[in-house]
Amino acid sequence: MSKKKRKVPALNASSMADISFLLLTFFLLVSSMDTDSGLARRLPPPPQDDTHMETVKVQERNLLVVLVNSSDETMVKSQIGTEWYQSDAELLGRGNKASLKDKVKEFVLNTSNNPLLPELMEEDFGAPIGTVPVTSDHVISLQNDATTSYKTYIAVQNELVRAYNELRQEGARKYFNSDYENLTEDQKEQINKLYPQRISEAEPKNFMGGK
Amino acid sequence: MPELNTASMPDLVFAILFFFMVTTTMRSETLMVRLKLPQASEVQKLEKKSLVTYINLGPAMDAKYGTGTQMQLNDKFAQVEDIQDYIAQEKSSLNEADQQLMTVSIKADEDTRMRYISDVKQALRKAYALKISYSARKAEN
Repeated sequence: MSKKKRKVPALNASSMADISFLLLTFFLLVSSMDTDSGLARRLPPPPQDDTHMETVKVQERNLLVVLVNSSDETMVKSQIGTEWYQSDAELLGRGNKASLKDKVKEFVLNTSNNPLLPELMEEDFGAPIGTVPVTSDHVISLQNDATTSYKTYIAVQNELVRAYNELRQEGARKYFNSDYENLTEDQKEQINKLYPQRISEAEPKNFMGGK
Repeated sequence: MPELNTASMPDLVFAILFFFMVTTTMRSETLMVRLKLPQASEVQKLEKKSLVTYINLGPAMDAKYGTGTQMQLNDKFAQVEDIQDYIAQEKSSLNEADQQLMTVSIKADEDTRMRYISDVKQALRKAYALKISYSARKAEN
């Protein structure tokens, strides 16, 4: 046995690149980078007692009812009048009707202090907004039929959210002189308090009866 | 022409590889229902993936289950009554602080009738999973 030093042969690493490329392609194909996106909502907690359902009384003028029927038509009803939308295009304001979004904004803002639109109440939101009149008790009640299609329902939901987003954007421009998305968390909170999303999703019910 | 030194190429590729390995979330469930998500322009991204639970609603891919709307929870078809157990189970797998933040993403085909969605919503209310999200594709309009 000779004890002379033997050199460790150099490993041929030229195929390393190939192997790692193979792995890389595998992960590229398998990975799904897409994050889920959607319209966030908060459901009301379940009724404590099934037999005794407490209904919250809402003043007529504070209520905007949005009904979506089984043939995917939308009706928007408030104290100032009723509007029918036959299709999704009309919801967006194509055709010669005011879009649902504008209806909602008019309803939430009530700039003219119309007695048929929600009550304006002075509230303090802290600097720099200060005390401004807002319709803090307004409710948008979204109701649907059992056979309404999900597509239309989401389209209507989307328009409602869009109305609020535009209001918040306008508020951000007015009070902070900046876009809503560039505000700090605290400022966003303030704006959200100024225009809280008050959308109630009632369970489908028989709304033709009564009155 | 001088030979290009490619000795650092494996290192580079490995770096990219590790990036993908870390960011990848393997698709853990195979879809058994057909989903064509509705479009909406005001969608928000769901941030923490580990806090999101999915409910899939749509017609079954396999024709032998019929053409009606089916619900898929995890890897099997389920009934509305199963939602409460499913939510409870998913909730218990999160730690206590995160349980409040759990979001249920309802992924429903756009042709689904609202009666199914309403049933699901009622079940979620009963299960105290109140944060929900109607999954939708981003669209400009």
